Amino acid sequence: MLLRARRATALSAALVAVTLAAAACGGTTKDSNEDTAAGPASSASANPDAPLKEGLKIAFLPKQVNNPYFTVADKGGEKAVKEFKGEYKEVGPSDASASSQVQYINTLTQQGQDGICVSANDANAVVPALTQARQRGVKVVTFDSDAAKAGRDAFVNQADPEALGRTEVQLLAKQIGEKGKIAILSATPNATNQNAWIEFMKDELKKYPGMQLVKVAYGNDDDQKSFQETQGLLQAYPDLKGIISPTTVGIAAAARYLSSSPYKGKVALTGLGTPNQMRQYVKDGTVKEFELWDPAKLGYLCAYAAAALSSGQITGAEGEKFKAGELGEYTIGKDGAILLGPPQVFDAKNIDQFNF
Amino acid sequence: MSTTVLPPADTSEPRPSAFAEHSPLRRLLSWEGAITALLIFAVLVASFGVEGFADSFNLANAQLDIVEIAILSLTLTLLVVIGEIDLSIASNLGMCSALMGVLWNGGLSIETIIPITILVGALAGALNGFLVTFVGLPSLAVTIGTLALYRGLAYVLLGDKAVADFPVSYTTWPSKTLGSLPIPYPTVLVIVLAIVVGVILHATPVGRSLYAIGSNKEAARFAGIRVKRITFWLFVASGAFAGLAAIIYTLRFSSARADNANGLELTVVAAVLLGGVSIFGGRGTLPGVLVAVLLVGVLRNALILDDVESETLMLVTGGLLIISVLAPNAVTWGRERWRLRRLAQKAASTS
Repeated sequence: MLLRARRATALSAALVAVTLAAAACGGTTKDSNEDTAAGPASSASANPDAPLKEGLKIAFLPKQVNNPYFTVADKGGEKAVKEFKGEYKEVGPSDASASSQVQYINTLTQQGQDGICVSANDANAVVPALTQARQRGVKVVTFDSDAAKAGRDAFVNQADPEALGRTEVQLLAKQIGEKGKIAILSATPNATNQNAWIEFMKDELKKYPGMQLVKVAYGNDDDQKSFQETQGLLQAYPDLKGIISPTTVGIAAAARYLSSSPYKGKVALTGLGTPNQMRQYVKDGTVKEFELWDPAKLGYLCAYAAAALSSGQITGAEGEKFKAGELGEYTIGKDGAILLGPPQVFDAKNIDQFNF
Repeated sequence: MSTTVLPPADTSEPRPSAFAEHSPLRRLLSWEGAITALLIFAVLVASFGVEGFADSFNLANAQLDIVEIAILSLTLTLLVVIGEIDLSIASNLGMCSALMGVLWNGGLSIETIIPITILVGALAGALNGFLVTFVGLPSLAVTIGTLALYRGLAYVLLGDKAVADFPVSYTTWPSKTLGSLPIPYPTVLVIVLAIVVGVILHATPVGRSLYAIGSNKEAARFAGIRVKRITFWLFVASGAFAGLAAIIYTLRFSSARADNANGLELTVVAAVLLGGVSIFGGRGTLPGVLVAVLLVGVLRNALILDDVESETLMLVTGGLLIISVLAPNAVTWGRERWRLRRLAQKAASTS
């Protein structure tokens, strides 16, 4: 018994010793790590006059299948693929974890697709598989959520942070006659997206001297917390004129509070929301206008970008132009980014045309 | 699959041991034989029926997709054989992965991070082992608890961020293959580990004592087997293997995240049970489990390649799990019925 206990102790000690020895030896660390991932260089040159090929196989790989947002986006892609007489398909995992898309990318590569439109669950986890795909001639366009540059030819960006931030202030200014105290109900204090938008909102507010930002509250993208924060804002500032909530969770919770409170119709609310979440509040008069991008157009543009790449019209380099069906001409920006355009504003008149 | 498929030694007559029977016919009729036949059948159907399956690029990727499942199933097999279970393996993997991210951000070298990760995985396993053996709690309850605990710690370590800037020389290692053969390096590692674990389980006194513990803990203890000590160290090994799997997972995807391998424990449990290991302990072989892991991998790969929807995929995995648990019991039940009827007939004829 004693002997065995001793042996176990010795084993543990040996393990620790090995660990410490390895620690002392040094090796490859973050600081010494010079090698960076590089994707296959696009050596081909673009021919803007090349016709769109027929019969292109374009596959959509959303973050998660059966997610309403991606169902709408992929339907937009399907419409585009039909227009240029290609073969469309949608595949994907049922969970949105980091690695779940990799198996699908590998099989799409194996199936010899011409283009993949993918919304990456993890910017880096998909890169090795996408790099393999590109080495085998598959064109990769990311949409909604980008992958690291080495993994894709182009990125269809749904919204410019500057446009989103500024237009939300403009929407609210219009609703409250450019006068009064306003507040922002954001997600978390360290949400990169939201903070970038809020910076642009503050800058845009300089143009409206009558409007005063009194507080930025955080609902942590949690329905209950956002609901309580809205309640708190109105108790602290009874003369509040408007709220901007640049998060779909926040705006829905704030609308729910306002719609059942005496502030309904008196305090304006705008921000980023989905039509299905906001429909009832637009119809009962709680909310006049809010905005988001149109996911159907996002998928549509992504499919055209993939087709233009596969047909050799573009290579993904900055400044190249291509036509995206009914959306018109697009120019590739910095780092292969293609900007969809100004956000879509939803109001009582148009909200029933959207389902997501 | 025919209805004559029997799990190994699932007989109601008292027999000395399942391993006394080595006749080729028995082996063919055994559970392992049946699922090996199923694997061969699946591979043949996929090779001829699914375009692009039997391609070296695809075969190599298909192996990478089951590397972590294979590693975790090795130690889980031993634990289930002694009648215990470890449901915290995938959470432990996630925690170790998050830890790798934190250590790498902290400026440690990969060469240092690798042993530390395995050590921490082993420590997490030791906590399970301690609670099961020395506190005397059931392993199902303990590891459901640590399943949540380790996943929680993973989020404490890394939040919802990802660490991705691992050196390319390490992140490309898992997809490198042995020369021109479609065998990626991690497969070689799995084969080596499987041989070691297989030899321990099937060719050493320790392995025989594992079956003894699984058949009857008390009897094993009276026979002089150090049940607690063995149980404890198996949990430690299970944790260390989770740490090892975390290293491969993290480097393979070049992404250390708290949600890595979320829910993978169920696939591993499914593979172990499908491999013929009895959930009640005392029964099952490592080759059976490895064949089951391959079968799960082949089915997933072929179905995805054939554009089967992910819901159907879950249905297939779930279906296999139910079959693997139900079939042995159904056979036992059928035999018992048959034996009772025979006894009743005998009694009727003698009276």
